[in-house]
Formats: sequence, structure tokens, C-alpha cells
Amino acid sequence: MSVKEEAKNLLGKGMDGVLFYQMKDGSAIPHLFTSKDIDEMPDVREIPDSERYPLSDILSKLLMRFSSAKFGIVARGCDERAIIELEKHQQIDTSRVSLIGFACSPELAKICSCSKPYTESLADEMNEAQEISRGIESVERMSTPARLGFWLSNFSVCVKCMGCRNICPLCFCKECSLQDEDLVESGVLPPSIPTFHLLRAIDMAGRCVMCGLCEEACPAGIPLRTLYGKVSEIVREELGYVPGTRGVKSPLEELGSSVGSDDDLKS
Amino acid sequence: MIDEEMVDYRTVPTVCPYCGAGCGMLLEVCSGEVIGVLPMKGHPSSKGSLCAKGWSSPEFLKSSNRLAKAILREEGEEKEVSLESALGLVVENLNRVLEKYGPEAVGFISSARCTNEENYLLEKFARTFAKTNNIDHCARL
Repeated sequence: MSVKEEAKNLLGKGMDGVLFYQMKDGSAIPHLFTSKDIDEMPDVREIPDSERYPLSDILSKLLMRFSSAKFGIVARGCDERAIIELEKHQQIDTSRVSLIGFACSPELAKICSCSKPYTESLADEMNEAQEISRGIESVERMSTPARLGFWLSNFSVCVKCMGCRNICPLCFCKECSLQDEDLVESGVLPPSIPTFHLLRAIDMAGRCVMCGLCEEACPAGIPLRTLYGKVSEIVREELGYVPGTRGVKSPLEELGSSVGSDDDLKS
Repeated sequence: MIDEEMVDYRTVPTVCPYCGAGCGMLLEVCSGEVIGVLPMKGHPSSKGSLCAKGWSSPEFLKSSNRLAKAILREEGEEKEVSLESALGLVVENLNRVLEKYGPEAVGFISSARCTNEENYLLEKFARTFAKTNNIDHCARL
């Protein structure tokens, strides 16, 4: 069954809209399909590999704005992982979401260094994906001074567009540490080295679902997949946590939530 | 299912209004209201990136500080006037200054967001009508 037929079924079952891409002048752009325009929903193969957007973040915004509506979403593996992780952070109410999954092309999976370029519903049909390099090994092979130089030179070209944060499906905080004057001085380029990038890297630990949208959005070409891939590797090896998997919350979140209640803080 | 008319989300391809680079962006529109912006992935020049200004452009979209009408300041007081009378005043004062102080006393500022042809016209206007080389544009930050 095509995703369009699956989406039609969802609308028939009372969903208010299905989030996916619309084709416009040869480009795929995010769009919420309703019963009025569902016939225009393209097939997954029509979506160019280079045109991915943070659909999970859009879904989160829609759920908050339309507080009683139900939505379907045609999702890639990374969209699904972000939805799972966002639910753990109370940003998505999955009881109001139905997911139609699809697999990325092998070419895109390679570009993304993605080890799971498909949704859980398709896991049985897929070949076991290879763990692909995120550039971590080549950076770790460098001598310590060379590695430091590699990162400092990459951080020095940052134009502080905030694109990495803005496009990140897991960046939902209302107050952002990157805009804290005590941590990152405002009005200075490049932004505080290495504080700015390490702050974001620490926030990505236990959260990053490796969608790679940050690296794609970076006008300075900073290897953010490698940076966040490394912090994710540390969290996986030290704490056994992989963001975007069902079940337990990130141990980093548990640490925060068990320290006292709001009342304790006030007194 | 809630009222169908209410649930609406679409993205509208447009061009960043800030500078002459003209990066591709998508406005996120929810029931007629702009709620955010995304870099346009398929854009031939900006290729899915935006700068700090482009990313923050929705912030000024609804700013109450935006001038939506011509405002005339007279003796410290600001009042709304029609565009015709505002332009009439510009013509009147431009002629007056040119006659009294000459071409070096006037200048023209164009915009990086105008078309090439519009910028050419203002340049021609400055050099042939006002006979001045005082012409610049907003991208000289």
C-alpha cells in the first residue's frame, strides 16, 4: 500500500491531517495534508534525498497549537527516533499521533552515516544496517595537538547563525544556554570558543538522534555529526543509552528529575 | 476530529528579505499565521542554509515597530500622511536643497533587496538628474 493510501486511511479514521512533503516546483516542502488535498501527496520516492526537514519538530508544534487534533506523519527512521525521544521529554503526545514509516534510499543512508535509515515497523524487512563511520575514527587518529587544532579551526568559522539549534528536532527549550550572556558573550564572532560548541554538544548528549540536519544546515561546514556522534558514543559506552529507542529515559534526564521538588527549591 | 477549517499547516517558499544574496526560505504558515521559518533545502544558491538574520526574520514580521504607512515628523510631532503627499514633500525638498546648495548636498541610498534594474534606475536618477555621485546601498554595513 502506498503512503498516500495509508494516509487516506488515517484521515478516514478521524485523523485531522497527515504531515509529509508536498512537491512544489521540483522541491519537497513540509505540508500538512487534509482530506481536501490528500490526492496531491507524493510518493516517498519522489522526495529528493537532499530535502529533509525536521518533521518531528513541526509535529510537536502542531500538537501544541491544535490541542485536541490528531495527526498522522509519514516518517523516516530519524523522524521516528526524534518523536520517541521528544515523547520522553513531554514534547509530543504520541496518543494523538499515527506514524506511517518509510525507509531512506541506500544512498541517503550512506550520506547520513545512518545505522537505522528506516522506521521500527519496517525493521523486519530491512537488512541489518552497517555501522557507518561518522568521521570519529579519523579525528581520533590525530595527535592531541592536531585534534585540538582541528576542532578549534572548525569552531573559528562559526557565524553563529543558530541554524544547528533552530533546525534540531530535539532543541525545544524556551530558554537556551547558547543565549546566556554569562556563558556566551553576545555580539561577538566567532562565538566563544570552545564554549559555544561544547555547550551544544553537552546538550546533545543523551538526546541526539543522529538525523544530521544540523550539519546540513551549517553554512560554515562544521562537522557537527562527528562532534555529536562522539558525545553520543560516550553516552552509549558509559551509560548504555541510545537516544530514540523505546523504553527508558536518558540517565542524564533521570539525574535532573530526582533532585528535590519545585517546593524544595522555593523554600 | 476537530473543525477541519482550523487545522492548517503549510510552508511557503520565498526569498529572504534581508540582503542581496537572496537565500531561499520557507515560511511556516499555520492557519494564516507565520509561526516560523526554515531554510529552503532545494534552493540552488543557499542550499539549505540561512544566516542569523534569515533565521530570525519572523521576529520582525509582526513587530509593532515596523513602518506600515508614511509618517511625517513636523516640529517633533509624528503624523500619518498619504504616500502621495509624502513623496510630494520629498520632491519639493530635494529640488529646494539642489537649488540652494548644489548636487554635493544630496545623496541617495538604494537597497540590496531591490532588483538590478531598480538599482540601475536610482543610480541613473542620482547621476543624471541630481548630478551627484552620492549613491550607496544598505548592504554597506
